[in-house]
Amino acid sequence: MIRDLVFVLLALLTVVPAVWVVFSKHIVHAGFALLFTLMGVAGLYAFLGADFLAVTQVMVYVGGVLVLILFTVMMTHVPAQGRRRHGLDRYVPPAVFAAAVFGVLYKVITAVDWRVSEGAAREAMARPTTAEIGTQLMTSYIFPFEYVSLVLLAAMVGAAILIRERSHAGAAEDENQEARP
Amino acid sequence: MNVGLPHFLTVSAALFALGLFGVMARRNSIGILMGVELMLNAANLNFVAFSRYVQHGVDGQILAAFVIVLAAAEAAVALAIVLALYRNYGSVHADAAQSLKR
Repeated sequence: MIRDLVFVLLALLTVVPAVWVVFSKHIVHAGFALLFTLMGVAGLYAFLGADFLAVTQVMVYVGGVLVLILFTVMMTHVPAQGRRRHGLDRYVPPAVFAAAVFGVLYKVITAVDWRVSEGAAREAMARPTTAEIGTQLMTSYIFPFEYVSLVLLAAMVGAAILIRERSHAGAAEDENQEARP
Repeated sequence: MNVGLPHFLTVSAALFALGLFGVMARRNSIGILMGVELMLNAANLNFVAFSRYVQHGVDGQILAAFVIVLAAAEAAVALAIVLALYRNYGSVHADAAQSLKR
């Protein structure tokens, strides 16, 4: 019984702020609502027995991605008079499409007979996963592990190049033009 | 109510639909990015739920960890693009970027 209550609370903590993320006029409010959604997802991971993943979610998403997003939100201030007012009709096609997707997904979820075995699931939940994940990462998943580190390096270099100040390149061009006779 | 796999899948489907709506309806490109993050979290939740209830291993959790890493890389690059967009167009709205030259 307490299990159900915890699940319902975590699900509400996940979905209700997600609605706020999507519908909020203020992008800063949306960012802070995203914090609760990400924490709720971390809680659901913990509920599912994925302790390592729950901590990773909090550290990477809440500690990294969300701070990055809020940083960008606050660095790119859009003045209030610049916002155009839009009618509700702009929201109708996305709402219909998203509702249709949810309907199809829900139909599939309820219709399919998932091969769930509760006993083994309960046993799988009892043990910590960190050591096993570490072993698997260093044996079966060694190639994806190295590959994803390469992707991270490429993304880091790409992001640094993208946000570099334009003035350096411009100054270099100016110098070249001045050097020409 | 006995909490099982369908409940997690339903929460995940709701998250995914909300993220999809955010991606399609938002004009602010940072809002679009938040929608993408919601959809990635929904997919991750499915991975972990299936790995717990059906597969009983950690393979799903490892895949979810990879998705988290790729989402972090994606967020870094996307926010760099948003900053470049803001610098060049003075706006973070996705429909402000309509020309290839400044």
